[in-house]
Amino acid sequence: MTNVTMTINGRSVSGTVEGRTLLSTFIRETAGATGTHVGCDTAQCGACTVHVNGASVKSCNMFAMEADGADVTTIEGMANADGSLGTIQQAFQDHHGLQCGFCTPGMVMTAAALLKENPTPTEGEVREYLSGNLCRCTGYHNIVKAIMAASGQDVSSIAAE
Amino acid sequence: MYAFELERPTTLADAIKALGGEEAQPLSGGQTLIPTLKQRLAMPSTLVSLTGIDELKGIKNEGGTLTIGGATCHADVAKDGSYPALSDLAGHIGDPHVRNRGTIGGSLANNDPSACYPAAALASGATIVTNNREIAADNYFTGLFETALDEGEIITAVKFPIPEKAAYVKFEQPASRFALVGVFVTKGANGVRVAVTGASEGGVFRWTEAEEALSSNFAPSALEGLSVPADGMIGDLHGTPEYRAHLVGVITKRAVMKAG
Repeated sequence: MTNVTMTINGRSVSGTVEGRTLLSTFIRETAGATGTHVGCDTAQCGACTVHVNGASVKSCNMFAMEADGADVTTIEGMANADGSLGTIQQAFQDHHGLQCGFCTPGMVMTAAALLKENPTPTEGEVREYLSGNLCRCTGYHNIVKAIMAASGQDVSSIAAE
Repeated sequence: MYAFELERPTTLADAIKALGGEEAQPLSGGQTLIPTLKQRLAMPSTLVSLTGIDELKGIKNEGGTLTIGGATCHADVAKDGSYPALSDLAGHIGDPHVRNRGTIGGSLANNDPSACYPAAALASGATIVTNNREIAADNYFTGLFETALDEGEIITAVKFPIPEKAAYVKFEQPASRFALVGVFVTKGANGVRVAVTGASEGGVFRWTEAEEALSSNFAPSALEGLSVPADGMIGDLHGTPEYRAHLVGVITKRAVMKAG
């Protein structure tokens, strides 16, 4: 057992972990931030996506010890300081970018990573960037639309609502 | 997952020491290894993480040779751009999250028969640098998931001579984004080299017949009438050996066209 400390959404969190403890487990069970969802646990669905030192990663495919000392942002860190929805979250609500909501934390974290790299992506670039995130409800159209809207672009010509 | 000890050294010397232990195995980005551990297909007693070692990371372009640290992630290679065909390849591995964790050393050490990097290393005539020696790519890939690496040997860097022309084209398996067939073509000081991944049961290979044809005429038309035998090609639910053999010809032409 090893002691690790990381910053999660600006709060320092310490805990004792085994070598095999996944970052997703640490976030959910030690930090209590259960907004990070574990969907497939095989690194395919992307529901567990978080940012580690600014880079998006699948937290079920990284060990907690590997994030020792890191700065981690999860979906709980995406809201505004007053608790209201952040821009990307609000766009998902406005454009019905979710149905059951299970994949949404990963989708929002991925969208945030994309918009940091590429503030005005094309629809094609959004779809390409979402290649590691699966949604089984919406067929992706409204997710893409929400991300385009969050980037401040006109989305009136994009299919589906 | 079975229980194991995870060591996180910060120097190469400490990593090599830790790998001297019984049933110790290196862990790089873990994008293949962690799912493998979850399926209980591997059960090392100790994993030695290489991603906390700064001396294994980074990219240097000196005198036409690009040297990439073994623990450098795909996203960093994609961003670099000094060897455009290699950056293009790195930017299309898996998905963005995988590219932020997966490393060039991990990919080459695993030598998955459908991985992209082996094609780049072989076609570029790269040199695999380890903690013990330097291995030419031509002598490095020895079969399906097999390499010339010894037990406990770590890829510290990969040296790519930057060719005059190069391109990589993959026909991807859309769910995994691994190459159903991927071809990396280069033209430079080493002549023309064509490396094919995803197709053969023996892993990445050089298509020498195409290299000879392209040496005198570096154009897709030079490949007319050339084909690889279906014998020894991978057959699975995504494609038969005959289909993959056909794709090798098609994708090689596209790669030559892309290289310009």
